[in-house]
Amino acid sequence: MDFAFLGSTWLTLLSGLPLTLKLASGAVSCGFVLALAVAAMRVSGSRLLSGPAQAFVFAFRGTPLLVQVFLIYYGLGQFRPFLQEWGLWPFFRDAYWCALLALSLNTAAYSGEIIRGAIGSVPAGQIEAARACGMGRLTAARRIIGPIALRQALPAYSNEIISMVKATSLASIITLMEVTFIAQKLISQTFRAVEIFVCAGSIYLLVNVAITRAVWALEWWLSPHLRARPREPAALEAAHA
Amino acid sequence: MHAVELLGFGPAGWGAALLRAAATTVLVALLGFAAGAVFGGLAAWARIAGSAPLRWLADGYTTLLRGIPDLLVIYLFYFGGSAALTALAQAFGATGFVGVPALATGALALGLVSGAYQAEVYRGAYLAVHRGQMEAARAVGMSTPLMFRRVVAPLVLRYGVPGLGNVWQLVLKESALVSVTGLVEILRQSQIAAGSTREPFPFYLAAAALYLAVTTVSTYGFGRLELRTLRGVRRG
Repeated sequence: MDFAFLGSTWLTLLSGLPLTLKLASGAVSCGFVLALAVAAMRVSGSRLLSGPAQAFVFAFRGTPLLVQVFLIYYGLGQFRPFLQEWGLWPFFRDAYWCALLALSLNTAAYSGEIIRGAIGSVPAGQIEAARACGMGRLTAARRIIGPIALRQALPAYSNEIISMVKATSLASIITLMEVTFIAQKLISQTFRAVEIFVCAGSIYLLVNVAITRAVWALEWWLSPHLRARPREPAALEAAHA
Repeated sequence: MHAVELLGFGPAGWGAALLRAAATTVLVALLGFAAGAVFGGLAAWARIAGSAPLRWLADGYTTLLRGIPDLLVIYLFYFGGSAALTALAQAFGATGFVGVPALATGALALGLVSGAYQAEVYRGAYLAVHRGQMEAARAVGMSTPLMFRRVVAPLVLRYGVPGLGNVWQLVLKESALVSVTGLVEILRQSQIAAGSTREPFPFYLAAAALYLAVTTVSTYGFGRLELRTLRGVRRG
């Protein structure tokens, strides 16, 4: 085992991590906002709104992410004069923005369904109770449906975040120098595929383990009703007695 | 009109090539899924009934493969496989570079990745099999292999169909990544066509439509299969 090589490879690969994280966090945040819109459209009850949302989800979940990346980066490049006229060319010319757009739209389609499922799982009684207390639709959404749905959605959503971290590796194919790009370049230079794979894989694993732990903590914080009751202080117990 | 001609079946059309590529996509996905069934079955068995080191190994396998980008796994097999084969060939006196067949590399990489997901599906389905069913099989004197074949396997497949459907869709979409090894499947063929005609948009759109067609047919197929596995089950 050549530890000097492993160490230097690991450090080289680490220089791609900021871009990987930037892409993943950007896509997850933009995707979440879009997903809220998609889910809202799907549960709106209006066909005019739910139809397009359904078509969007169908198209983006039914095709590979790499095809979506190519369609946006290379495909839309064909309409350069048109995009220039609208002032959109600087955006679509840049591989970074195209990758971010493709990743965001992709995760929006998957997360939209997760959020829709979570909203559907909020017990009707809870919503009725909120209405009975005189809450308006928005207040009920913010105070009752939102928090319960968020808690329901977390396990599935953490899987989606992890798959986005993994998906950022596709950006390497359109020349973005993130971890996988550097790994691929190193492998084709040195042909030491196994060592480089171990280094790159460990970086992704570390990130994903950190995310899993963070979501567990968030889930714990959001589920006070499932935790054991804190013991009352002795003095109070004595006073009760 | 122009796009119709490009995607059609005429002399200037790429329609036939794209359809052949779609067949390759389905083939590599099927092979990957089948290899994944083997890896996944072994890993599930190790996690359910294996000794501590085997369980540990299977745990590591599923965690690792689900946390590492599939593209990296494909690169590992493609470059690592070529390096190993070249070394082997040189040991036998050959010179120069020996590449691994892209189809085998792709299928193996997809199999390894999907095996990690299939292991979870099989394990979950096994845990859903009612204990009484296996006790009954024991009680009528079935040996372990016979019980597995007649009772456990059919029930695991029944409970596992929805999960396996999801894994299959995943494999189909991941198969697009195999295009980086040069295997002429849908995406690679579209890249070739886009490059030679300088019309990327219609070809990538056609690629998306082909994938959508395959995934839609698969969804329908798995829906039918699910109904069939549930025949004879009373539902509320």
